[in-house]
Amino acid sequence: MNFQAIKSIYNFEMARMWRTITQSLASPVISTCLYFIVFGSTIGSKISEVDGVSYAAYIVPGLIMLSVLTQSISNASFGIYFPRFSGTIYEVLSAPISYIEILFGYVGAAASKSFILGTVIFITARLFVDFNVEYPLLMILFFILTCITFSLIGFVIGIFAESFEQLQIFPSLVITPLTFLGGSFYSINMLPEFWQKVSLLNPVIYLVNGFRWSFYGKSDLSPSVSGIMISVFLIISLLAIRWIFKTGYRLKA
Amino acid sequence: MSPILEIKNLNKIYKSGFKALDDINLEIQEGEIFAILGPNGAGKTTLISSICGIGNPSSGTISVSGFDYVENYREVRRMIGLVPQELTTDMFEKVVDTVNFSRGLFGLQPNKLYIEKILEDLSLSDKRNNQIKSLSGGMKRRVMIAKALAHEPKILFLDEPTAGVDVKLRESMWDSVAQLRKNGVTIILTTHYIEEAEKMADRIGIINKGKIILVEETKTLMKKLGKKELIFSFVEKINSMPESLAAFNLRRDGDDFIYSYDEQSRNGLNSLIKAINDLGISFKDIETKQTSLEDIFVQLVE
Repeated sequence: MNFQAIKSIYNFEMARMWRTITQSLASPVISTCLYFIVFGSTIGSKISEVDGVSYAAYIVPGLIMLSVLTQSISNASFGIYFPRFSGTIYEVLSAPISYIEILFGYVGAAASKSFILGTVIFITARLFVDFNVEYPLLMILFFILTCITFSLIGFVIGIFAESFEQLQIFPSLVITPLTFLGGSFYSINMLPEFWQKVSLLNPVIYLVNGFRWSFYGKSDLSPSVSGIMISVFLIISLLAIRWIFKTGYRLKA
Repeated sequence: MSPILEIKNLNKIYKSGFKALDDINLEIQEGEIFAILGPNGAGKTTLISSICGIGNPSSGTISVSGFDYVENYREVRRMIGLVPQELTTDMFEKVVDTVNFSRGLFGLQPNKLYIEKILEDLSLSDKRNNQIKSLSGGMKRRVMIAKALAHEPKILFLDEPTAGVDVKLRESMWDSVAQLRKNGVTIILTTHYIEEAEKMADRIGIINKGKIILVEETKTLMKKLGKKELIFSFVEKINSMPESLAAFNLRRDGDDFIYSYDEQSRNGLNSLIKAINDLGISFKDIETKQTSLEDIFVQLVE
């Protein structure tokens, strides 16, 4: 293992985050605050408790997921797309490092950023509303797995993307709608039966509900189903990456 | 002596069927400067990319100091530094950070002294904390050389290192290259400035349409293919070729007479001048002209 190389890529990517701190942290935090003001305080005061939890507290796990999913994907996809776009990827390809080490560097950094971001949002949320976490260890485990899985998905997107527009499409046209419709702001039990069934096709619903379960011990779906779903995503993205590296697809000429 | 770099039967065929590299065989000796010459699209960059791990050759083997480039890719790549043709550097990093990054990427512990020395050798010391985007093109090129040298490579690939660099900077770049060679680094470069290859390189390889058509020591190449011409202009106009000069096969160009010779036939020179003197013709001017590598190159490629 070329740990020095992994460390170099990791530090390089993290340095990019501190350089663009406004964009990396401030804007997701500000938008989360806006969600709290709009949904939590204004609309939330008109809504009674959901599953015995105040509405403002109810949306916290969903809000964290919303930012973590989109940011993991954007960070990781940008991290690998940009060197491809600018041509600096040549150096990584010519270095004595394996694909696994490249992956550890880039995905590790993207997942770390998402973890930091999620933590910051968690703390911000705690300032607005009082809540307790029922299963802190499981919550952290679930959180870390989500960061890694979606950073892996982002990495795959960054390798397939041909332009900056394509880089944006997936997080904004797929992940954000799926998260909104994935029970971030409501319990799917509130939906008519038909739409409840349709919602089950949305993968994000399992993440949001699994995460919410670790907070409040309650969710629309069984936590073990959520656990299985996140593992499935992880395996799919790992398989995709294995294929990409095996063929050198889009990395080597 | 066994070569530091050995390429055997290397082929690169694109999906479209285009043969970018056609059965390349090449041996590079340790410590030499080897210049790869060829027209645009001849396969120079493809060849370099294949050796450095950026492109996947279709078949063939490459070994560096006896290490296979696939099986022992770590050992091979650790020994190689690459300065690509395009100025592809990160824009927002500081010079010193990006050079340190390169060293780490190749698995080496940080070494402040060594990095400082590289920056100094390339006159980048005072720019060490500048963002790369603020540098001029020539400076950026030197940052890329610094990055390629950061992991103390044994072989340095310079792909068109002086493209778009002004004359003064180009000269200082060649000084740096000479210095590197003194330090024992083997240098393989591609260039469009043929005169520079002629001046710098120990050996020259000419590549065209993916094939290496010739590898020769620069001196031998010049001797073998270089022709000299002696151009006489005379004070008086000469209308017909004097009989005593017929044996020299002079060529007529307006009022000038041109005598061509090469290394083998230079002894005809004395008798020619003597013959002209014997005719009592006085010279206005005598000029010698040597075919440059450029002429040889054009000759070979066409």
